[in-house]
Amino acid sequence: MKVVLRNPRREVEVTGNRRVKEILRELNIIPETVLVIRGDDLVTADQVIADGDTIELRPVMSGGAEPRTSSALSGVSEPRPSISAHPRFKPASRVLS
Amino acid sequence: MKCRKCGNAAAIELRRHNAAFCAPDFQEFFRNQVREAIRRHRMFGRDERVLVAVSGGKDSLALWDVLIDEGYDTTGLYLDLGIFDYSVESKAKCEAFAQARGVPLLVRRVAEEVGAPVPVIKQVTRRPPCSGCGLSKRYLMNRAALEAGIPVVATGHNLDDEAATLFGSVMHWQMDALPRQSPALASTHPKLVRRVKPLYRLSERETAAFAFMRKIDYIVEECPFAIGATSIAHKETLNRMEDASPGAKHNFLFGFLEKARPAFEQAETVVLNECARCGQVTTGTLCAFCKLADQVKRSV
Repeated sequence: MKVVLRNPRREVEVTGNRRVKEILRELNIIPETVLVIRGDDLVTADQVIADGDTIELRPVMSGGAEPRTSSALSGVSEPRPSISAHPRFKPASRVLS
Repeated sequence: MKCRKCGNAAAIELRRHNAAFCAPDFQEFFRNQVREAIRRHRMFGRDERVLVAVSGGKDSLALWDVLIDEGYDTTGLYLDLGIFDYSVESKAKCEAFAQARGVPLLVRRVAEEVGAPVPVIKQVTRRPPCSGCGLSKRYLMNRAALEAGIPVVATGHNLDDEAATLFGSVMHWQMDALPRQSPALASTHPKLVRRVKPLYRLSERETAAFAFMRKIDYIVEECPFAIGATSIAHKETLNRMEDASPGAKHNFLFGFLEKARPAFEQAETVVLNECARCGQVTTGTLCAFCKLADQVKRSV
């Protein structure tokens, strides 16, 4: 099968019918970091990809973030309380899930 | 693998919830998480306009998509960072999205506002590119909202972004950063708009899956300056932990928000001033944005 990888875009060949989780393990890719796409659909880790199929492993990680330094404090990144700290805010009783 | 709700074939497995969903039920799960975030933190009301900061990536466009469908009065804000082809393509994605959905999009160019695009700011300041970029974004988002009379800015930060930021802050025990980490920051000054993160309950993979299922045309390529960024290294570390122990990122972030953050928040007091030059809020005399613009002006 053909496996399309991104950033940079490239292709690798994996032989035989294989489960998605086996393909990811073989390519040393953490499942949490990609979408596995076949055609117009996402596929789950337990699904078998046939030898002649093409799948795309699309990375989901994005970012680059400003390092938090004290110098940034003089911008508009001023410390301020969350809304939940506001005296009029009443927290919901429901536990987060 | 079967959908937890309907029993049909699943399209995505969410190990941290010990669940799997088909595409329609996953999208409903996703919308419910956004609704819960907005409700729980009173991010904005039905009668308020919302400025959605969009980058052309999966998170911000997925957020805008949900808010439009939920009936909120939204305006997009795209900040053109001037990062070569990446900015050209990401701007085109935002414009196409806005046009297709018939919603307004504001565009601000960093090169005009600061005096130079991000690649030049990087050279001038000799700091990591994400530093000048983040500073400019925060400043311009706030100012654009004030100018448009919009009381709240919503950004596409997701659970992974927030967990990675928290991880970085804890790694360096940045005591000033910890109280500021919140899904919703109140307006504490007439010139500061509210800042909210309605996707903080959803992982990066979940926002990517939602964007894919909704056929949102987002930019998959990474910002060229993000390569090697510390936050990416933190995300990789957290993802390895998540792989070994599903729910690790969720527990790390939500545990902080529920149990630890209030203690840091209580310890903090700060005086807010208005910048002597631009009038925006700062803790000093001259704000960091004006200092950055000065530095760029001297060097370019």
